[in-house]
Amino acid sequence: MAEELNVLRTWSSPWGLRVVYALKMKGLEYETILEDLKNKSDLLLEHNPVYKKIPVLVHNGKPICESLVILEYIDDTWKQCPLLPQDPYERAMARFWAKFGDDKLLPSIRSGFYTRGKEQEEGVATAIGNLKFIEKLLKGKKFFGGDTIGYLDLAFGWMANVISIMEEIAEIKLIDAETFPLISAWINNFSTHPMIKDLWPPRDRMIEKYKAIREPYLRKEA
Amino acid sequence: MASYEVKLLGTLLSPFVIRAKIALNLKSVEHEFMEVGIFAKKSDLFLKSNPVHKKMPILIHGDRPICESLIIVQYIDKVWASGPVILPSDPYDRAIARFWAAYLDDKWFRRIRAIILSQGEEAKKAALEDGIHGLVLLEEAFTKCSKGEKFFGGDKIGYLDIALGCFLVWVRVIEIMANVSLIDESTTPQLFKWAQDFCVDDAVKDVLPETDKLMEFVQFNYVAKLKSRL
Repeated sequence: MAEELNVLRTWSSPWGLRVVYALKMKGLEYETILEDLKNKSDLLLEHNPVYKKIPVLVHNGKPICESLVILEYIDDTWKQCPLLPQDPYERAMARFWAKFGDDKLLPSIRSGFYTRGKEQEEGVATAIGNLKFIEKLLKGKKFFGGDTIGYLDLAFGWMANVISIMEEIAEIKLIDAETFPLISAWINNFSTHPMIKDLWPPRDRMIEKYKAIREPYLRKEA
Repeated sequence: MASYEVKLLGTLLSPFVIRAKIALNLKSVEHEFMEVGIFAKKSDLFLKSNPVHKKMPILIHGDRPICESLIIVQYIDKVWASGPVILPSDPYDRAIARFWAAYLDDKWFRRIRAIILSQGEEAKKAALEDGIHGLVLLEEAFTKCSKGEKFFGGDKIGYLDIALGCFLVWVRVIEIMANVSLIDESTTPQLFKWAQDFCVDDAVKDVLPETDKLMEFVQFNYVAKLKSRL
């Protein structure tokens, strides 16, 4: 049966990229439907009435929402090139760190990005503390998944995507090669991987976008 | 004393610990339950096992700790594969169950707690509306997931039953303390019936705390402390 796969996403969202990278790793054909979040399509609102957010994977007309849920769905449905480890304990660890990335690490990085002065210093310090946990995960590995990209690499893709952009705009240093040699190497390995680099959002557009996102927060402080 | 291969650290006053306990019961896993108070000083074992979050539940299998309640439930399902299945077998049904479980943790539980813990009538009213809205969504989800059976998981309790059912005593406490109706026989009739069936399930009935006990706990540790800050 011909599979119909559509991904509702934006040009820049790292959460949308998680989904398309997973589909690419599995060798699956799909169509991207680009959304303008300031003017959400009826399709998006119909397929994600609870959150009204991207990404949404639509598989033969059936929607799946929330990027990490989508990754698991893709892995459950197509058995080639497994994304999650087979071992139950390693699976639990991969899920644990993906959640940590979204629930703790990213907010701490954002707190260093959206602020200035003392608040920014504290945000950066917390973020660096959180990054130390991640550095340890890469010991002896090229990717979080081992020799190849896996679930946790895709879950952490946003790090490779946005951290250097936030660092440049906010003039902060989160991942310096001396303190985080393994994460630094991973960012390079991930972003230059043939499956990954073709869909990489253009840096200049990302800088423009994140500058615009940051501005209202700084105005609030002034 | 025999050393158990499986240990569960936490207290049944925590809905998240309840999830892990129910999953272990479903699979008939022999385990040691190590009681840990939510606000008590944590032991070295506890802190060593969950250095990142320092929270319960923690499942220790052999010498390996697994943290985060939904991750623990999925781990239990995979390891003790010969027992009753917890996650749905169909990938789409599984995705739907995971979606709603994440919704409960990311949005819904926080909102219903805000009914009694937020300050000011406006905030409490907004929290109540959000809480009820969530239950209406879950009522619809129940129709799709249950396919005419008693539980979200079908004829037996499954992942989403556990993910939501663990909150039932908190729901009751909030209903009493705020004098509101959340799981209501007229607005959410299916959930109303489901809640009754869930609570008497063999894997659940000795796990959920008494309403009075949780209410006292909530009153003392959350509500009173909130008032003292005003």
